[in-house]
Amino acid sequence: MGGLDLSFFSYDIISKFVLKGLVFSVELTVGSTIGGVILGTVLALMRLSGRRVLSSVAVVYVNGMRSIPLVMVILWFFLLMPTLIGHSIGAETSAFITFIAFEAAFFSEIVRAGIQSISKGQVYAAQALGMTYAQNMQLVVLPQAFRNMLPVLLTQTIVLFQDTSLVYAIGAYDLLKGFVTAGKIYGRPEEAYLLATVVYFVICFALSSLVKRLQSKISIIR
Amino acid sequence: MSWEWQVFLSDDGSGRTYLEWMIQAWGWTLSVAACAWVIAISFGFVIGTLRTFHKYPLLVSLGNTWVEVFRNVPILVQVFLWYFVLPKIYTPMQQWPGFLLVVLALGFFTSSRIAEQVKAGINALPRGQNMAALALGLSPLQSYRYVILPMAVRIILPPLTSESMNLLKNSSVAFAVSIPELTMFAMQAQEETSRGIEIYLAVTAMYAISAFAVNRMMAALESHLQIPGAGAPSLPTISGGH
Repeated sequence: MGGLDLSFFSYDIISKFVLKGLVFSVELTVGSTIGGVILGTVLALMRLSGRRVLSSVAVVYVNGMRSIPLVMVILWFFLLMPTLIGHSIGAETSAFITFIAFEAAFFSEIVRAGIQSISKGQVYAAQALGMTYAQNMQLVVLPQAFRNMLPVLLTQTIVLFQDTSLVYAIGAYDLLKGFVTAGKIYGRPEEAYLLATVVYFVICFALSSLVKRLQSKISIIR
Repeated sequence: MSWEWQVFLSDDGSGRTYLEWMIQAWGWTLSVAACAWVIAISFGFVIGTLRTFHKYPLLVSLGNTWVEVFRNVPILVQVFLWYFVLPKIYTPMQQWPGFLLVVLALGFFTSSRIAEQVKAGINALPRGQNMAALALGLSPLQSYRYVILPMAVRIILPPLTSESMNLLKNSSVAFAVSIPELTMFAMQAQEETSRGIEIYLAVTAMYAISAFAVNRMMAALESHLQIPGAGAPSLPTISGGH
């Protein structure tokens, strides 16, 4: 390959620069999936609550987040957080808060579809048994809803993992930044980008193949 | 905190106001998105259609590979790949303008997602449609041209609308290779003027307006293409992605 030399990428360089970034990217993915699903479930319940104030707050939040590019949301939080909290926070912390807030909007749409996929009869039966709203959600609706939407949730998590690379905009040290840094220090930026492409592809391809297998298993049980 | 919107009327040091700069940046955003959209639609439809040619396994796996490759690498990394790596491997690309490289990156990335929708749209049609077309004496290609694709397009217009809006939003990654579009403007103007909130609010509004305009244009297209009385079969929901 014309002018590319991949030989300098030794285990030392990987463990020194890339591993730290990979750990952060995975932490950010897992953390904001958990946080995003919790906040997203609250938003979905608000939207389906039938109370106009609650549901319109949720609608405005979700549609607002979905109409802005993620990069702009990242920049917004990075700009506003220090003013709101009163002291400056690092790019990494800011990224966590941003991703939970942003992904919650997307997870809430998935959770809403999941809740709506449960037949009304389930809800009525639980009510007939004397369950409160909270018991109904906790014991009957949400467990089934989450089971139905598991493949979609996991697919969204893979997208989220890819999106973590956008923290580049505020200079947080993620997987991509790890490669970029190594490439810069050793004067091999092109090779670093190429390797980053391969690593992202391998991770995302493996995960999405796993999700596909899970999906076919679940659909047989159902 | 007080507003200071007059920042948009101040000079940015090169004889233009920040407002003018922002309008120019908006033009870049729209051009990147529009050009990438043309590529994404063309390749998306061709690749998506190839993936349904079950008699030609080679074409199907070519299409599948295309989709997997462009879907499983983050868009920002793909932009870097087109901008830095490919010109190093294939040197004539060094003469290509950065705008073109970003458009190709965004276009191919989005094409994989559109190909997925096109395939789902074609598969959502009852098999009888194709059989009826063949029974009428149409060739397989004619069947695609006159029967299957026209129906599939109408089925996938709703997901195509949200994908077009995603493309507009994703064009913001062009900042990373110094295309002077809206996000780039936001970052630089924020730094120069320290009126970040006003700048970001304006840029966010520009994005929201543009996304809404895309939405309305696609809705107009949808009603223009609608066949009176035809209840199109609906598409199984495809989800995920921004």
